[in-house]
Amino acid sequence: MAAAKFKVWRGDANTAGFVDYEAEVSEGMVVLDAVHQIQAEQANDLAVRWNCKAGKCGSCSAEVNGHPKLMCMTRLDDLPLEKPVTIEPVRAFSHVKDLVTDVSWNYQVKKKIKKFNPKPPDFEDGTWKMQQEDIDRVQEFRKCIECFLCQDVCHVLRDHHLHDNFIGPRHYVYTAALEMHPLDTENRLGDLKETDGIGYCNITKCCTKVCPEHITITDNAIIPLKERVVDQFYDPVRKLLRILKPKK
Amino acid sequence: MAQYEKHEYDVLVIGAGGAGLRAAIEASAEGVSVGLVCKSLLGKAHTVMAEGGIAAALANVDERDGWKVHFADTMRGGQYLNNWRMAELHAKEAPDRVRELEAWGALFDRTVDGRILQRNFGGHQFPRLAHVGDRTGLEMIRTLQDHGIHQGVDVHMECTVVALTKDEGRVSGAFGYEREKGRFKMFSAKAIVLATGGVGRAFKITSNSWEYTGDGHVLAYHAGADLIDMEFVQFHPTGMVWPSSVRGILVTEGVRGEGGILTNSEGRRFMFDDIPELYRSQTADNEEEGWRYTQGDRNARRPPELLTRDHVARCIVREVQEGRGSPHGGVFLDIAWIQEKMANSAAHIRRKLPSMYHQFKELAGIDITAEPMEVGPTTHYAMGGVRVDPDSQMTCVPGLFAAGECGAGLHGANRLGGNSLSDLLVFGKRAGEYAARFVKENGAVVLDEGQIEAISNWALKPLESQTGDSNDNPYQIQYGLQEMMQELVGIARSEEGLNDALSNIANLRHRSENVIAIGNREYNAGWHTALDLHNLMTCAEAIALAALERKASIGAHSRDDYPDKEEPNTKKYNTIVRKGADGEMQILREEIPEVRTDLQEIIEEIG
Ligand SMILES: Cc1cc2nc3c(=O)[nH]c(=O)nc-3n(C[C@H](O)[C@H](O)[C@H](O)COP(=O)(O)OP(=O)(O)OC[C@H]3O[C@@H](n4cnc5c(N)ncnc54)[C@H](O)[C@@H]3O)c2cc1C
Ligand code: SF4
Ligand code: SF4
Ligand code: FES
Repeated sequence: MAAAKFKVWRGDANTAGFVDYEAEVSEGMVVLDAVHQIQAEQANDLAVRWNCKAGKCGSCSAEVNGHPKLMCMTRLDDLPLEKPVTIEPVRAFSHVKDLVTDVSWNYQVKKKIKKFNPKPPDFEDGTWKMQQEDIDRVQEFRKCIECFLCQDVCHVLRDHHLHDNFIGPRHYVYTAALEMHPLDTENRLGDLKETDGIGYCNITKCCTKVCPEHITITDNAIIPLKERVVDQFYDPVRKLLRILKPKK
Repeated sequence: MAQYEKHEYDVLVIGAGGAGLRAAIEASAEGVSVGLVCKSLLGKAHTVMAEGGIAAALANVDERDGWKVHFADTMRGGQYLNNWRMAELHAKEAPDRVRELEAWGALFDRTVDGRILQRNFGGHQFPRLAHVGDRTGLEMIRTLQDHGIHQGVDVHMECTVVALTKDEGRVSGAFGYEREKGRFKMFSAKAIVLATGGVGRAFKITSNSWEYTGDGHVLAYHAGADLIDMEFVQFHPTGMVWPSSVRGILVTEGVRGEGGILTNSEGRRFMFDDIPELYRSQTADNEEEGWRYTQGDRNARRPPELLTRDHVARCIVREVQEGRGSPHGGVFLDIAWIQEKMANSAAHIRRKLPSMYHQFKELAGIDITAEPMEVGPTTHYAMGGVRVDPDSQMTCVPGLFAAGECGAGLHGANRLGGNSLSDLLVFGKRAGEYAARFVKENGAVVLDEGQIEAISNWALKPLESQTGDSNDNPYQIQYGLQEMMQELVGIARSEEGLNDALSNIANLRHRSENVIAIGNREYNAGWHTALDLHNLMTCAEAIALAALERKASIGAHSRDDYPDKEEPNTKKYNTIVRKGADGEMQILREEIPEVRTDLQEIIEEIG
């Protein structure tokens, strides 16, 4: 077994910086394994979030060598181990301690988005008829594991800190899942334009690139939502057509 | 004086997995105030990891299905040690609970006629599992979470409950710390629902996360509730075995449901070699018939790979022990072979099992559409747990309820795949409903500062001394316990091993009482682990004691020294673990009441 060097971000909101560690590397190990080894042997109080260790829960988001990643799905043998591996917390939210950031803003934002509001059931047992092809797109959005890596890379949040006026790519995906849900009857386009700040997105596609679930955030969620907003608010003819045609 | 922040609710739900969320939704719909606490962020509980599906006899794919068949399957799978009333309620109510998820926004995969699609799973006679690819748990938890946040439930994320308080026999509240600053919170509550999940972290190889330290089991135990059937720990037959760092991560039974086969190093489908009597008439006797079953042929019987988990796990262990294992100590699970049967098999596999494809590709560098996987048993689920009333989910402690994996009774000696997610919904709802009812029928509670003070002092103890033997940190003690439990209380057990385990646990417990957590109270994982040890030790002891008590090999519990399924001249019984008046753990047996006649008829008729 070989040893590798790591620089792990330690400290709290007041003072923090990289601390050097060494860990034994075995075949197939992921970054989270190294963090756990360091925690168990050298830094018992190291703060890190994780749950599933299989890319399913979205807890272990961090920046590995400067790239937003799930630590449990980032293999050490895919990284250049001749130099130290840097591990930092996600940066779009305020720092708590070590690898943990305060992501509670995301939960508050979500609560403000109008909830699912279905049309009356098709059958007496309270169910609806839906074809697979009608739900494929929304199922793509519902793969989201709320890792918030897309939020981390979006410059509107990360660099411009517009947290009060912009809900971020994760929540556009969420809104799109509701808007394109075959049963939903709510209209969230006004909110998207006014309070959710969809206009701030300039389609850099950075969010799509980092999504571990490979959700095509920009092309499939954000752009169609922008089009709907434009239809509804700026183009009376298309709006009329949309009203005449079924919404979804 | 203990420093803490105080919160007051009618109902406090501890745990935000499927069971806890469903309970919270129901209680708040009943108009009482509800608090919800969880150790991780919202939406990260175990439920999110569930893959295969939710069992419910919707009969969308095969109209021969119905609650009676589901009931009979569950009882058979549990070797008839189940609480039959729970099995009845579960089978009857699961379909409504699944349909309700759809009304809250869930999007299950569809049949060609536009209804909820159902898939095959071990021990279920008909395709019964509503699913979304192999990420059903995510769909379920997100639906409940997104519905729940609009119900007025007050959520305390990243907050761990360490003890319950009582007011003259009745529960009165829960005391915990929030992770971020390490500050204490005291929740006063007229009723409490435990929905804390399982205890897999007591073992080395497990599909469970750091959260599964049996907290609810131990909270209930100290509050005076009974734990039943703790010896029944499910070892899921297919966990990853290689690379070693991912050992234990689950490979869904859905792989076998879609036609995946198990083979040994000689290329033999060894599951055909040993088909238990109880299942012989339901199981295919040749490979062709098994394949037809997985492809929906209604006249075919299921392949032996889809026998119950306890049996499949034991067959795998046998192959490995007899030298026919795979290179890294497992056996082969092969779904790639279906290319012999269908033209576009690779695309089909990626569509049906996307997260398995992804998991193996990224973590093991294996393309499951082209190569077999290596798999072996992994500690997965606790069938045993807190004893509850089948209808209300209340324990014998007034005001204390339990639901989901930390509750017990439904699954008997072995749980069928898919029956957990449905369990969470059915009994989570009931627990919420009855907890709200309890609140309405009972008055206020009074908190006792003395109890709170004692808990607070206990919780701070690991942080008091900052200099100690660094070889004895909380993680090392946890690893010690896990290695020992895996070896002595794992798939194969014996009296000698179990006695050995009990004395090991006593030693480890002693070490854990003096363990030191370096650092301060802020998001200190070492401190959290030190406090968790207390629960792990108590659960480990309960499992080992119950395993020693049951002198038979039945369901998930196997004794090398007692290979027979039944003890001579003994009726069916549950093992009960309870805290004695002297504070020591007691073990006893209680006979299972006769199955109600109409239910017994169903069992006999369906067979
Ligand atoms: C990988 C995997 C795949 C699975 N696949 C399936 C499947 O396909 N079908 C199926 O039916 N079952 C499946 N299961 C089993 C099923 O997912 C679990 O049994 C079920 O999700 C447990 O739900 P729960 O609500 O009881 O607990 P959980 O979802 O585990 O939630 C427990 C909650 O309690 C909280 N908690 C625990 N202790 C405390 C404390 N001290 N203080 C505060 N909060 C606390 C936790 O933070 C968490 O929020 C699978 C399990 C795993 C691990
Ligand atoms: S595409 Fe839009 S939402 Fe995504 S990162 Fe760029 S600006 Fe942000
Ligand atoms: S959309 Fe993708 S990157 Fe964003 S939170 Fe969801 S899974 Fe993560
Ligand atoms: S631990 Fe769940 S995604 Fe990494």
